[in-house]
Amino acid sequence: MSDLADLTLAAAAGGLRSGDLSAVELLEAVHRRAAMTEANLHAYLTLDREGAARAAVGADAGFKRGADLGPLQGIPVALKDNMVTRGLETTCSSKILAGYLPPYDGTATTRLRAGGAVILGKTNLDEFAMGSSTENSAYGTSRNPWDPDRVPGGSSGGSAAAVAAGSAMVAFGSDTGGSIRQPAALCGIVGMKPTYGLVSRYGLIAFASSLDQIGPLARSVEDAVAALEVVGGYDPADSTSYPGAVPDYRSGLESGVSGLRIGVVTELNGAGIEPAVQAAVNRTLDQLENAGATIVQLSLPSVEYALSAYYLIAPAECSANLARFDGVRYGLRRLGENVEEMMSNTRAEGFGPEVTRRILLGTYALSAGYYDAFYGQAQRVRTLIIRDFQAAYEQADVLVSPTSPTTAFPIGARTDDPLSMYMSDVCTIPSNLSGDPAISVPVGLDDAGLPIGFQVMAPALGEPVMFRVAAEVERLAAFGVRAPLASSEVG
Amino acid sequence: MPVDIDIAKVARLARLALNDEELAGYRQQCEVILEHAALVQTLPTEGVTPTSHPLPRTNAFREDVITECLDREEVLAQAPERDGDYFLVPRILDEP
Repeated sequence: MSDLADLTLAAAAGGLRSGDLSAVELLEAVHRRAAMTEANLHAYLTLDREGAARAAVGADAGFKRGADLGPLQGIPVALKDNMVTRGLETTCSSKILAGYLPPYDGTATTRLRAGGAVILGKTNLDEFAMGSSTENSAYGTSRNPWDPDRVPGGSSGGSAAAVAAGSAMVAFGSDTGGSIRQPAALCGIVGMKPTYGLVSRYGLIAFASSLDQIGPLARSVEDAVAALEVVGGYDPADSTSYPGAVPDYRSGLESGVSGLRIGVVTELNGAGIEPAVQAAVNRTLDQLENAGATIVQLSLPSVEYALSAYYLIAPAECSANLARFDGVRYGLRRLGENVEEMMSNTRAEGFGPEVTRRILLGTYALSAGYYDAFYGQAQRVRTLIIRDFQAAYEQADVLVSPTSPTTAFPIGARTDDPLSMYMSDVCTIPSNLSGDPAISVPVGLDDAGLPIGFQVMAPALGEPVMFRVAAEVERLAAFGVRAPLASSEVG
Repeated sequence: MPVDIDIAKVARLARLALNDEELAGYRQQCEVILEHAALVQTLPTEGVTPTSHPLPRTNAFREDVITECLDREEVLAQAPERDGDYFLVPRILDEP
């Protein structure tokens, strides 16, 4: 490959260790790519050139000393701008946090630094991670490297666009209802949401605490594994962190799918899915069957209610979490006659329309007289969804579906109709409600040349079997195509 | 089923100073979304325990060890207004 910016993480890590390339060269290549693509894509809110240069020099010095800090040493990594970074502006794409310089690093960031990663900067997102297109950013929309007139998906749209375009080798995002997997699908890359609790949420600005999970966006399944290895594991700073040992993600990557039972979720396939997307998923299923897997059709009836339950639970948790943005300790302040007015003026001006809408929805769902009928009922439905998943995993090792019902849609197409935007996440939301891991792997293009993602879901801590199937899907699909804007000749 | 929201009350509870036009817009959108969300009410859930968290844990303890804490100056530097080591806010109680 002619340009270092197009290397997979695994290939770059090999080159760094053999001495064929340096972290500084790698960073320069990625910066050159960003200089070519950013005007079109707007994947980044902040590029930290000095910090990245320092980290790259440090990584090279480490390699010279023979210090191996793991798979991300010297690798240029981008972070979604809802992951706090000490002294580096962190806005969540919101006006309410304009200019905010966090006084600490989140745990994932701390582990990345300790692992020698070169942190490039902060990527664009839908404000407070609420959205499926990055159009809800207060700082402009990111664009899809496959077609700049279309959205990159969201909310981790900046991270997905950067990885697809080569302006980051790997990136991290957060996934509350599909915010890693859906943009990965729309940008033709791999995106993975770990089991709830596997990656610490300390320093991830909270949206919906029982659903949020940090995870990687990468150019291959193996790259996603490497990225997860560095950030995962118990953290005493997050009381919901999983205290047990982290599973061995790599063991099954080469094992294939022979003998595995792959469950096709009836409710997430067929109806409401674009024909080209379903056709690509069905083709992949045929390939998996030919490779020795047993395909079983499984119905999870309560999954039909997942979107409805999610749009009560997520706004309810958001309305509580975002109460902290009150103009007292950080961010924007707009004056008023008294404290309450100051807070109300600050919040009305600081939050954009989607965040305001979700705070209102959540406040309503939690308010006296409506709590049980809305929030309480949604929590009971969540229990039924978890039971359906548990029953399904008695009959299948993994479950599969399209990641997104459609390919990338045109900018502006869904902004006036919140409900149609919410439908983007119909296939990804169930795994957030159940807390289980799920991954999106690119498997083809539609007639317009836009990527299609295939989702593999697994039971809690089932990452090894999930990665095993995903790696086989990747081999069988032989996707291998790169976003037109990632090609080095295009400026 | 139709949902009827007292949007001004909800906005007050959420500490959002919205004007009448904004309130009307949000009311209409929230009602459409809540009508869809109200689908959850059609599922029978008698005797089903609500899930507040996917992996239930209680009493997550850690060792009580002294670790580095946030730098006070760095924290206060982010305050919209401060008075020495305090966050400054508009007067809360009336003049005596």
